[in-house]
Amino acid sequence: MTPSKKITFNRRSFLKSSALASGGILIGFNLFNACKPEAKMPVDISQLNYNDFNAFIQISDEGKVTIYSPNPEIGQGVKTSMPMIIAEELDVAWQDVYVVQGKLDTKNYTRQVAGGSQSIRHGWKPLRETGATARQMLINAAAAKWGVDASECKTKNGVITNAKGETLSYGDVVKDAALLEVPEKVTLKDVKDFTIIGKGKNNVDIDKLITGKPLFGMDYKAEGMVYASVLRPPAFGQVLESFDDSAARALPGVIDVITIGEKARTYLSTVKKKSWTVQLSGSDKVVVIGKTTWDTIKGKKAIKAVWKNDSDLESTEDHDKVLLDILDGKKFKTRRKDGNVKKAFANADKVLERVYESPFLPHNTMEPMNFFANVTPEKVHLVGPVQTPEEAANVVSDLLGRNLEDIELEMTRMGGGFGRRLYGDFVYEAAEISSVINKPVKMVSTREDDMTTGVYRPAIKYKIAASIKDGKLTGYHLKEAAVNSNMYGLIPNFFPAAAVENFQVDTANYKSNITTGAWRAPYTNFLASAEQTFFDELAEVMGVDRIKLHMDLLDNVKKNPDPKIEYSPDRLQDVIKLAVEKSNWGNTAEGVYQGFSVYYCHNSHVAEVADIVMENGLPVVKKVTCAVDCGVVVNPLGALNQIKGGVIDGIGHTMYGDFAFKDGIPQSNNFNSYQLIRMGQTPKVDVHFIENDLDPTGLGEPTLPPIGAAVANAIYAATGKRLTKQPYINNLNLDKVLG
Amino acid sequence: MPTFNLKINNETHTVEADMDTPLLWVLRDKINLVGTKFGCGIGQCGACTIHVDGNAMRSCLLQVSQAEGMNITTIEGLSKDGTHPVQQAWKDIDVPQCGYCQSGQIMTASAFLGRNPNPSEEEIRNAMHGNICRCASYNSIEKAVKVASEKLS
Repeated sequence: MTPSKKITFNRRSFLKSSALASGGILIGFNLFNACKPEAKMPVDISQLNYNDFNAFIQISDEGKVTIYSPNPEIGQGVKTSMPMIIAEELDVAWQDVYVVQGKLDTKNYTRQVAGGSQSIRHGWKPLRETGATARQMLINAAAAKWGVDASECKTKNGVITNAKGETLSYGDVVKDAALLEVPEKVTLKDVKDFTIIGKGKNNVDIDKLITGKPLFGMDYKAEGMVYASVLRPPAFGQVLESFDDSAARALPGVIDVITIGEKARTYLSTVKKKSWTVQLSGSDKVVVIGKTTWDTIKGKKAIKAVWKNDSDLESTEDHDKVLLDILDGKKFKTRRKDGNVKKAFANADKVLERVYESPFLPHNTMEPMNFFANVTPEKVHLVGPVQTPEEAANVVSDLLGRNLEDIELEMTRMGGGFGRRLYGDFVYEAAEISSVINKPVKMVSTREDDMTTGVYRPAIKYKIAASIKDGKLTGYHLKEAAVNSNMYGLIPNFFPAAAVENFQVDTANYKSNITTGAWRAPYTNFLASAEQTFFDELAEVMGVDRIKLHMDLLDNVKKNPDPKIEYSPDRLQDVIKLAVEKSNWGNTAEGVYQGFSVYYCHNSHVAEVADIVMENGLPVVKKVTCAVDCGVVVNPLGALNQIKGGVIDGIGHTMYGDFAFKDGIPQSNNFNSYQLIRMGQTPKVDVHFIENDLDPTGLGEPTLPPIGAAVANAIYAATGKRLTKQPYINNLNLDKVLG
Repeated sequence: MPTFNLKINNETHTVEADMDTPLLWVLRDKINLVGTKFGCGIGQCGACTIHVDGNAMRSCLLQVSQAEGMNITTIEGLSKDGTHPVQQAWKDIDVPQCGYCQSGQIMTASAFLGRNPNPSEEEIRNAMHGNICRCASYNSIEKAVKVASEKLS
């Protein structure tokens, strides 16, 4: 390949190399910021410490490449896509690349976390530079050997060729390269020369996944390990009063029954700066220790516990009332304010105002929460699936009063995350259990534990109002009432911010004792549904075409550029045009009804069209056309999985996701009372990418938020019924359909 | 505790367990065949699907005492090295996202295609309806079952 001169870097401080004792070269790099000048590289591969470098590439004497990939894998594909980026710039054959999940090091490093669809966006430049630097060092070593200028050398698939056509493989020069200085400047490939990026690569764990090899936290075992099942309060607002464990102790597989909670309470009351990942109840919990998981489940059922009320026992009808009262009230925090909405509404010819409502949602990762802990005087060994390993290690250190250096945390593949594994309660419980019983232990939640003691997507309601004057949209006022927390960061500046002259976003919340947190595409997962359903109705009320309304509003943004907005009006217009073209918008067969939606979040631009038909009086989503601008598509196979999964997941939750509380007790506890979408309910998702060479952006989340509105708008087209309350299935005047 | 002789993947295993222990936990915790996954424990999600005499069954609902004398196949025994047409189709299509439910999906699909090697789209969607994929890789699963049926016929 011929490197382009377009992008060059000279900031080399995030990267160092060393010769390995065992042969070959090791290149350490830090994905997200520069390393300390005194950072030392290991010469023994078993001594990788991730202190200053959070990832490594090893090139062996045989030219084989091992990438120690730092980021947790939760199904979003980074264990495949991040190494693809390195391999591309290193210019090696993909089949010569091996990927090993790096262990967590708890000291001095940043962002070893999966969440917010940010892994690829943050990693794109450093990963490319690292690969390119390694390649340049190998070229320099070969050039020195030949006595030629490095600039005349080319590489392909791990082989260096000079002007005379002589060749050396990477393995031939790796020893020499290890002794060279890290070059000051490297040149990155031109996007059009990519041979790995943009070509579909199989999930690196595919062979293990299809043969059932142990990969997940649930599969982890250690010598002498026992199992633990935790009995937590059945209702939010209750704590343990007393319990009788005699029946449990009589079971042959039960080893012990203990309580935990004291360490968590001490942490909650004494640690000044609590980690955001802590969503711990201060209640005592009864823990059954057993020989197998089943022994602990059986033992837990045999515990007779008495619970007492510690705070309010809340119900969904209370939340409904309190959130609607908030929306009707005056106590809000203003997140963005342009012009004067009050004036716009006072002068309007017409005002449209609607309220949109959504329930709590559990995450329901297929792999229930679980974690391994072995607390010994020497160290604290933790193994399992967690999206925030660094935070988890920090909290365990505070919880057990141990030095951070004592804590070793290994990550396993995760059976889904969706935000749930950002919160480390299950890690802290496992650590506390092991510290009490002084044994290696695996804490395993049942599905019922998982669903009823979750960290839920909070219930949210929006009131959206628009003013129309002389056929134009003059004002837009959105109010948010949410349980526990509100939209954050730049969300108030997402579309339609900057598109309407008089614009205001206000938020307020109600503090509940029900634990809540991030859920795939936090806040926008419902905000997009609400706003894009509103726009469909708004276009109708204004008597304009809904596509034209969006295109015109985006033209307004282009005319009045706003530094606070992150979305690109051009890129949004492009995905709209693509979705309209590919979905055959407005020209469908008889009996097919379409709904449109467009949204920007997590740095990606997405437009979607849902096609539905009515079967036996029920709306059935048959097809979704999805137009995506996520910059360069690193791994098309993985990207399609993320996009289609996001769309179908979104349909499932907006149609069926119903999670209510009565007197603090969740009213669903397993898949017979909580419906996840199944194959018979899924449409075909037809994906189209905007082709460009812009830096890649996230895909784990942005296709989910718009779909709820596309479905609601299609149902309106079919039935004339506007859906404003999720889950839609409960609001079609039909019986709840399960399975 | 009683002892049971189980025929799993053409090998005999003798295990001690309570009579009511679901086969799922015997496989996972006692015999170390952890490819069979725990998802719900009540037969709703299909993550624990195994073959019993060639039929897809939920191992979380089958008690160890009922499993004696049956021919049990788990994902580890579906083929020697991942070469079953369904496993290969899963690889061709790159089905998994998180991958946790995929053992169960593969076991359901392989038992189904064993009975009906040339199914219609409708038949595939019905056959796979009982297996939940939380990552919603359903389009890929459907396609992979189709590809596997072509490999088989």
